[in-house]
Amino acid sequence: MTGSQAATSTVVRVRVNGRDRELLVPVRLTVAELLRDRLGLTGTKVSCEMQVCGACTVLVDGNPVSSCTTLACDLDGTEVLTVEGLARGRDLHPVQEAFMAANALQCGFCTPGFIMMAVALLDADPDPDSEAIREWMDGNLCRCTGYAPIETAVTVAASRLAAATAEDGQ
Amino acid sequence: MTAAPRRDAWEKVTGRAQYAVDMALPNMAHAAVVRSERGHARIAGIDRAEAAAAPGVIAVVTADDLGDLGRRFGHIVPDHPILAVDKVRYYGEPVAVVVAETPHQAADAAELVWVDYDDLPALTDAAGALASDVLIHEQSYAEPGEAFLGVAPAPSADNVAHRDELAWGDAEAALAAAATVVETTATFPLVYGYAMETYNALADWQPGTLHVISTAQHPLMVRKELARIFSLPLAAVRVEVPYIGGGYGSKSYTKLEPLAAAVSWAAGRPVKVTTDIEAAMYTTRADGAVVTVRTGFDADARICARDIDIRFDTGAYADNSPLVLTKSINRSFGPYRVPNLRVRGTAVYTNTSPASSYRGFGAPQGALAGELNIDMAADRLGIDPVELRRRNLLAPGDTIIDGKRPLDADLVADLDAIVAALDRPAPSRAHAPDHVAGNASAADAAPAPDAVPVHDAAPEPGTLRGRAVAVTASDAGASPISTAQVRMHADGSVTLLVSSTEMGQGSRTALAQIAARELHVDLDAVAVGQSDTRYTPFEWTTGASRTTTVVGLAVQAACADLWNNLRERAAESAGVPVDRTEARDGLVHVLSGDAGEDGAGAGAGLGVGTGTGTRVAAGASGSGSVSVAGASGSGSVSAAGSALTPAEVIRQWFGADAGEVVGVGVIRRDGATEMLPPFWEIGAVGVEVAVDTATGEVAVEHLVTVGDVGHAVNPDLVKGQDLGAATQGLGIALWEEMVYDGEQLTNPNLIEYRVPRLRDTPRRITSVLAERGDGAGPYGAKGAGEGALNPVPAAVAAAVGRAIGVWPTELPLTPPRVWSLLQQASKPG
Repeated sequence: MTGSQAATSTVVRVRVNGRDRELLVPVRLTVAELLRDRLGLTGTKVSCEMQVCGACTVLVDGNPVSSCTTLACDLDGTEVLTVEGLARGRDLHPVQEAFMAANALQCGFCTPGFIMMAVALLDADPDPDSEAIREWMDGNLCRCTGYAPIETAVTVAASRLAAATAEDGQ
Repeated sequence: MTAAPRRDAWEKVTGRAQYAVDMALPNMAHAAVVRSERGHARIAGIDRAEAAAAPGVIAVVTADDLGDLGRRFGHIVPDHPILAVDKVRYYGEPVAVVVAETPHQAADAAELVWVDYDDLPALTDAAGALASDVLIHEQSYAEPGEAFLGVAPAPSADNVAHRDELAWGDAEAALAAAATVVETTATFPLVYGYAMETYNALADWQPGTLHVISTAQHPLMVRKELARIFSLPLAAVRVEVPYIGGGYGSKSYTKLEPLAAAVSWAAGRPVKVTTDIEAAMYTTRADGAVVTVRTGFDADARICARDIDIRFDTGAYADNSPLVLTKSINRSFGPYRVPNLRVRGTAVYTNTSPASSYRGFGAPQGALAGELNIDMAADRLGIDPVELRRRNLLAPGDTIIDGKRPLDADLVADLDAIVAALDRPAPSRAHAPDHVAGNASAADAAPAPDAVPVHDAAPEPGTLRGRAVAVTASDAGASPISTAQVRMHADGSVTLLVSSTEMGQGSRTALAQIAARELHVDLDAVAVGQSDTRYTPFEWTTGASRTTTVVGLAVQAACADLWNNLRERAAESAGVPVDRTEARDGLVHVLSGDAGEDGAGAGAGLGVGTGTGTRVAAGASGSGSVSVAGASGSGSVSAAGSALTPAEVIRQWFGADAGEVVGVGVIRRDGATEMLPPFWEIGAVGVEVAVDTATGEVAVEHLVTVGDVGHAVNPDLVKGQDLGAATQGLGIALWEEMVYDGEQLTNPNLIEYRVPRLRDTPRRITSVLAERGDGAGPYGAKGAGEGALNPVPAAVAAAVGRAIGVWPTELPLTPPRVWSLLQQASKPG
């Protein structure tokens, strides 16, 4: 223990859910700790702490990242999106709507992580087949639903996004 | 009933739902627990000086610092120390707690607490512990007259936490006389429930009061134990439970709450205690079991006797395991006609993580051997296993256990539904909602969660396939002690207060649906809050799949009480006797005519009683959607009598657009819930598996569940429970196992303790709801939530056995284990 906070902290400039932040963070602080304890964004959940369960998934520059095992100091210069940043005011993101419509949640603890992973998937592949969904979502654990409704939700979200895109294109 | 969206969905998809782990209190400090690094040892000394001097540390607390507080908890056997006293009994047991300003400071300082141990032999398996002279507990905790649900601590000091027995007839003699006797021994693994929100508790002790926010499924049970530990009245202990991130029984009873409360007391600060996965696995697991079943059959393949021996590995502390054992005994022999029975059960202390409740509550342990044994018997007898079950299953109304509620289910029909589903060709891949309407009244089984993807089974060389069914019936331990309160507001909307905890099962949704139906209001007009023992009324537990049935009945009773109270107020407002009112179609009807005691015209009578006058809800008959023209009570009178909305009754009585009327419903052992269990929870499943002969990997190709729930208040929620429970059953069958190597758990993490993943989901899922209205709950409902887990491990084991030609006797059926079995198989080809 050095006892010196300054020597073990660093300034991080990061955009979180569209808001620019400049934060002095201990170098040991994880992204999950930063979001939950410093910024009050408790929608991001922590469970396995080993990149197995995906509950803590957030998007860093659009890529899904396990916030429990990523250091906050590594966020400098990046843009972070959490579950709190998905909705536009009162309007939910289509993936959020799909999870509601497909009854794809029970206790809800895994839900933010699944939703963020699904957003990443649909950003990368707007029309994923079943195998792609299984591939992408296999890194998220759910202990309640048995997964089938979650798979359905991702499918529903893809068609909703496609419909929305088609509408925009008209 | 109706499809209704979950009430909590919006909160949960936006990240706004609050769980205990998200909560904070002003001036909150953080704890880190120092855990034992021995399986069994005396504590020779604890050196905390270095930790106490570390930055940010407020206190380092050991058992010696707990003053007059009770040292141990345990609602059946008070054997569980809050912090280890004198000795440790398992690797990972809490020995000391560091309280500091931040979680990091607490964790850093915890590394500086030095504990000296004098090692004792660690007894990490039940057989060894039974045979050993070394005692894990050197005293009995029995107190004269002390018992919980009739279960009392063992009077002797040995390594047995609990013994029990159930017998009728003469099993030994009947087995000796049987035409065929089939014996099965099966090993059920040590399983960790893995609720994704790990155990945590935030406690704030203040003089004379204790406030705890935690992940407890049963807040009222926790309140009772905390009150005893702190010598506080029940009313002074407030246990608050927000959304729970998964429970499955693993958060039943008391976990971290005494620890958090004691260190809050010791440190003089609100303190939050959390666990990582490793610590959670050291907090609670399910009982491992070795079960031996001998079944005798007569010449017609009818069961003449079953003799069963159950040995639980209960771990270092009893917790709820004595009760789990008694239930496992009741659930082990199955819903069959068994004229001669003997079941003996022993729950054995070992130097491992303490075991307690887990979804199924002893049923999966018993059913693994019990149902596998029926399949092995079918093989031996040369009878189809479904036919063997049909021949022996009990009929509706039959007695399973003398003195208990007769069977309230049609198991043969359930079995037929499974077989029909297994036989049905897979729907085409394109659009394949494979949810079928069940038999009987299941025609109204709701649509959806439809469109569950179906993946074509790809037949390949090197693949062996097998199919099996399994059936269980559990005497639900749903003690009928429940209170519900409905508060109707001046606009007719309702706040429902219950202490059921919402852990994903959808209790807030289902109970709101029941209240809305009883009160003839829109679902949106019913608010259901979290359980909080300061405000919400008594609830025995949130367990044993009780909520829809028992709490549902309490909600119905509360609504009936509310209608009575509305009638009384309407009568008082109208100046008529209450028997001149009736509640019908969502309205309070104040009857006209000359039956009033004053003999005056009804119209005149209606005019009496409120200064603001009465109002007739014109044209209100039956619609229940009457709106009131403002609170000023511009009233009118009708000689033909009147029909008032509840809101009108309330406003009239208070003479303002204000006030509320309250209804209270209480359930105890009386009426519909006089006979226990309140319902038999049924498990009925079928599976089809494919075994890869090169790797031993087992894939579940088709899973069929029958939700025999009497009536589905919310079909989507029931199907969600069934698939979720069955999936946890698949986890036990195929992957999940806590492995001890010596005194230490070797896989205390989610990499090596493998739970089902999305890719593991069965390629085809058929979820049948059997709604025959045969339950004691609202509208004929019975419990769901555990049933679909209970038979799954047995069904998978039997299906794998049929596929490879060797009966498995030990779960989980991991690839190495199945590969070894394949090597034993002498099956040609």
